[in-house]
Amino acid sequence: MTDTVLKVRDLAVDFKTDLGTTHALVDVGFDMPRGKVTAIVGESGSGKSVTANCIMRLIQPPGRIVAGTIDFSPVRMDPFEITSLGKRDPRLQELRGGLISMVFQEPMTALSPVYTVGNQVAEAILCHRKVGRKQAWQEAAEMLERVGIDDIDRRIRMYPFEFSGGMRQRVVIAMALVCHPEVLICDEPTTALDVTIQAEILTLIRDLQKELSNSVLFITHDIGVVAQLADQVVVMYQGRVLEIGTVRQVLKTPMHPYTRGLLAAIPGLAPKGVPLATIASVVGDADIEKPYPLITLRDGRQVSLPRDQVQGAVA
Amino acid sequence: MSESAANGSLLEVESLSKFFDGVPAVEDVSFEVRRSETLGIVGESGSGKTTLVRAILRAIDPDRGIVRFNSSTGWVELQDMTPKELIPLRREMQMIFQDPFASLNPRMTVREILEEPLIIHRVGSATQRLEAVRDMLAHVQLEEDSLTRYPHAFSGGQRQRIGIARALILRPNLVVCDESVSALDVSVQAQIINLLEELQNELGLTYLFVAHDLSVVQHICDRVLVMHRGRVVESGTVDEIFETPKEPYTRLLLSAVPSPDPDVPLKPLDRSELGL
Repeated sequence: MTDTVLKVRDLAVDFKTDLGTTHALVDVGFDMPRGKVTAIVGESGSGKSVTANCIMRLIQPPGRIVAGTIDFSPVRMDPFEITSLGKRDPRLQELRGGLISMVFQEPMTALSPVYTVGNQVAEAILCHRKVGRKQAWQEAAEMLERVGIDDIDRRIRMYPFEFSGGMRQRVVIAMALVCHPEVLICDEPTTALDVTIQAEILTLIRDLQKELSNSVLFITHDIGVVAQLADQVVVMYQGRVLEIGTVRQVLKTPMHPYTRGLLAAIPGLAPKGVPLATIASVVGDADIEKPYPLITLRDGRQVSLPRDQVQGAVA
Repeated sequence: MSESAANGSLLEVESLSKFFDGVPAVEDVSFEVRRSETLGIVGESGSGKTTLVRAILRAIDPDRGIVRFNSSTGWVELQDMTPKELIPLRREMQMIFQDPFASLNPRMTVREILEEPLIIHRVGSATQRLEAVRDMLAHVQLEEDSLTRYPHAFSGGQRQRIGIARALILRPNLVVCDESVSALDVSVQAQIINLLEELQNELGLTYLFVAHDLSVVQHICDRVLVMHRGRVVESGTVDEIFETPKEPYTRLLLSAVPSPDPDVPLKPLDRSELGL
């Protein structure tokens, strides 16, 4: 057993359309340390969600994984490589929702409107484990209580539309955790929520992660959310990884000009009356469109910059 | 009233209420907006922010209360005006919407989109209108060749620039921004915020700025109203609200914003003071 749960290497995804081929991911690589929270941060179109969908093998035509590997080392199974799994490989079923599960942005879309919340959480158990209905129902109730749904005997028989946005997201989290996944992928789980509800859901995810010590891949565009949850941060831009480091390295002493721009553009940190820094104004003459391979520095972080620019810091 | 005009008020709202099926969406809201300031309206979804500004602009009809607007012809009360009486005033009050994908007609070119308000209000000759369109395009920093293109050819940030140009082409005094930068990526958001501030200085605009993102509000607003369940729970200058909030609800809202500093941890929310 290694302490890296997921190892992504040289991952490339293309979307072929009538207008040509879009390279959604180009040579994406990072390690996910076991039992930690890794955040992928970037703007729309940076490839955050595509990366997550690759891990779940959810890339659909016209999208295709054209290169790269994702090595997965679960505790309760032998390690295997995800991108080469055949469609009928039983490990693919086990992967989706069993070993790895996902929480999406829109809880109303992720839940079926025609089944009770109890039914939906219990179904997740019945899909992956050989247990009876009664026990599945019992475990569903326990998990729903654990994510903060009270008055459970009544609420478990209610439908998603009877729940508020925050409570729906709690149900989705319960569904995702009920099979004890080793990796939990959260794709912008709080973006659609009010700031107060977001704070509660973030606290819940953080507490559950500490309690269950599973590995979390958290996708977001919100630096505040990254700062509060992440141990490690992966910065993506235009399908490429620009910088990887600990949360303090990346947010306190960003090295890549794009990361610096991303942080400078947050309103509220800027003094009043002064125009906000835009990414373009911070990046300046640096050419962030040109791809450079990630270089590992002495302090452990990785950055995609020309070698001569980071000479002194290279490991 | 003459007193407030001397203070430079542009808008005065008094005890405004709006009910939906008997449920109060906005209840007994009073405030004033001074000329050339940016007044922020913050609150969670369902707090009544959008209903409030829509009732002020008479996009919906308020049930109770007074909305006084200091128009180019003097003070008027908007709440009881007929749609016909409102038409000339619409030139002076405009709105910038949240979603630049939904708020632009996909079958009109940028020129048509920008010219339409001028045609509706019978402003200028055809040549003068084109001149005004070109001028506004320059104000929002779009290239002139944009004129013949359709909205789908633009990115989200560019579309929001078109939406801003459309709102400003009639040279309004009061501009309501309803979550106008919420749908944008942070880099684009910064550009649009800067643009809104530049235009405010150049054109002397007064903004009613509805937003749920408190960091944006802190940056752009002079004064802030905090709404909760249809009522204004606290109002003050941006420093008063952000530095020394008095009401428990304001404190709750501020404490919920995750800090971008990893060494400032998010504390569990304390709703006990609110009795929620």
